[in-house]
Amino acid sequence: MIAKQASRLTLFLLLAPAILWLGLLIVLPHVEILVLSFSERVAPRVYAFGFGNYLEFFTEPLYWRTFARTAFMSILVTALTLVLAFPIALYIARVAQGRLKAMLLLLCLLPFWVSELVRTLGWMILLRETGVISYALRSMGVASQPVELLYNDGAVILGLVYGGLLFMIVPLANALESLEPAVVEAGYDLGGSRWTVLRRIVIPHAMPGIVAGCIIVFMLTVGNFATPVLLGGKNGLWFTEQIYAQFITRFNWPQGAAFGMLLLLLSSAIVWLGLRLTGQSLGTTLKQA
Amino acid sequence: MASSTDLDIVNVTKRFGSHAAVDDVSFSVAPGEFFSILGPSGCGKTTLMRMIAGFEHPTSGDIRIRGQSMIGVPANKRPVNMVFQSLALFPMMSVGENVAYGLTCRGVSRAEADERASRMLERVGLKGFGSRRVTALSGGQRQRVAIARCLVLEPTLVLLDEPLGALDLKLREHMKIELKQLQGTFNTTFAYITHDQSEALVMSDRIAVMNQGRFEQVGSPRELYHNPATPFVASFVGETNRLQGEAAAASNGTIAVRLPSGAVVQGQGKGAAKALAFVRPEAVALAQDPASLSNLPNRFEGRVSAVLFDGAASSLLIDTTGFEQPVRAVLPQAGPLAGIQVGAPVHVGWTADAMKVFAA
Ligand SMILES: Nc1ncnc2c1ncn2[C@@H]1O[C@H](COP(=O)(O)OP(=O)(O)OP(=O)(O)O)[C@@H](O)[C@H]1O
Ligand SMILES: [Mg+2]
Repeated sequence: MIAKQASRLTLFLLLAPAILWLGLLIVLPHVEILVLSFSERVAPRVYAFGFGNYLEFFTEPLYWRTFARTAFMSILVTALTLVLAFPIALYIARVAQGRLKAMLLLLCLLPFWVSELVRTLGWMILLRETGVISYALRSMGVASQPVELLYNDGAVILGLVYGGLLFMIVPLANALESLEPAVVEAGYDLGGSRWTVLRRIVIPHAMPGIVAGCIIVFMLTVGNFATPVLLGGKNGLWFTEQIYAQFITRFNWPQGAAFGMLLLLLSSAIVWLGLRLTGQSLGTTLKQA
Repeated sequence: MASSTDLDIVNVTKRFGSHAAVDDVSFSVAPGEFFSILGPSGCGKTTLMRMIAGFEHPTSGDIRIRGQSMIGVPANKRPVNMVFQSLALFPMMSVGENVAYGLTCRGVSRAEADERASRMLERVGLKGFGSRRVTALSGGQRQRVAIARCLVLEPTLVLLDEPLGALDLKLREHMKIELKQLQGTFNTTFAYITHDQSEALVMSDRIAVMNQGRFEQVGSPRELYHNPATPFVASFVGETNRLQGEAAAASNGTIAVRLPSGAVVQGQGKGAAKALAFVRPEAVALAQDPASLSNLPNRFEGRVSAVLFDGAASSLLIDTTGFEQPVRAVLPQAGPLAGIQVGAPVHVGWTADAMKVFAA
């Protein structure tokens, strides 16, 4: 009896940091935000319960358009990252051996040794009107005037794909690594073309990794703030900017809270949909990540 | 072009760096033949097989299937299919999809492929297993799926790379017979590699014995067993007693080999300063009375040092005067010596024909 209690106590103590972490940093703020999002400002410093903040979102086109744009761009970025990461992961998992493999993974990791802000500033140095690429184009005679490559969707997508690449490559390479080489060879041996082998053997095998990578990259992208703001400028129009503006600039916390909840809803819905469409379960997917 | 052989390997060499994994190998396989390549681990069997399948490219030499050179033909365009050592079934597909895969790759319609796959599964005794996952099969059933997956494509040649290696002994014995029967009913040419001499002897029409990248001998199981061409074949194929000595006088077809102890054995073959002599355990006659062995040129006396009881395959180890190693002899369970005990004196003898002598 006492032993059992003691083991329970140990279990509780072991779990305590995790529970504290989840409770204080995730559940509590979200409950707070949920409650906050339902309080309307009826007069200065007077709040009442209501759905006004959510209604505001649907009545103001800027808000829902930014929202839809964020969702669409994030899906696009995720898809691009997947397409770009797949051959790299394939190479790392199936071709590279020993030290080369470790080197390549390190190379992917390297950009993450500096903060996201610095990384994004790096892109700005490259892309701005007086930046490296613009200068190179001019000195090669391709362009006669300075070229502004910043502050457009392309720059935002570039930055976001770059930031998501590692988080796609790692789960993909993990999943591909576990594919037995003989299974791929059998695919060719029985008459499969490269495309057939990829479509019917390699991709189905890597599916948990693909879904895991996509979920991570999508979540990181939807919730990103610095990259769209810095690389997109005024044209960035990312939903997190709206949340920031409500909380910090306008000091309208209830509105910001409603936006936050909507963003959470959006990412959950899309992740759920993605899992549904690919027939994967969250459990197997998380194992790959 | 019509050709009387299904597979011709012509002076094929494969080097990995400076190491020749396959060294100037040539052979042909006739249609419908069960051809085995037998050799110890690391002798280059898999490398040879992978070159035939198209996964490795020979450093030099030619590989022809039905007279057509396969050099430069990719693996998915060759009329050969391979059963992998690990079987390599597609875990993401059902049993039926595994078998239908090759057909759909050839552009056969889905419905027809499924139909032919289920007919093939029926022929290998897996009727109704089509919708199972491959992970939900026993070892023997997977084996049959792997073979069905190849046979459904009606290839000129099926390559099997130690397909029984992963099975337990009982199932292996069973699959040996089943494979041979399958090959008979489909009348497909099989090239089979193994390091297990009993598998090769039981199933094959012809066997090539491979050692360190080279073929030592190609022949029927009987030929290899009774007339080994090299000391390696003599010791690798079947159980044998191996004696080392130096060749002494040769007279009317027999050659005498003097063992280090001074004892002399009579055998057939060629010897040099150094000679190796082999005699099979079943060729060693046993007797308690030396008179009954008096017509044998090789006669020795010894003491039983171990009785290895294994039913019909029982044998004795006999410490024999003049021999460094105990002599192994088959112990007939129906004979007068069936109940012999360790320590009992016994006389051994064999004919000169039964002893093969090679220059070492
Ligand atoms: N890709 C490779 N690179 C370098 N050496 C190799 C390669 N593949 C095989 N070898 C070498 O070639 C030799 C023959 O290998 P192989 O796999 O053909 O042997 P095997 O006869 O099939 O052995 P086993 O019975 O153990 O499967 C070995 O010494 C092996 O180390
Ligand atoms: Mg092998």
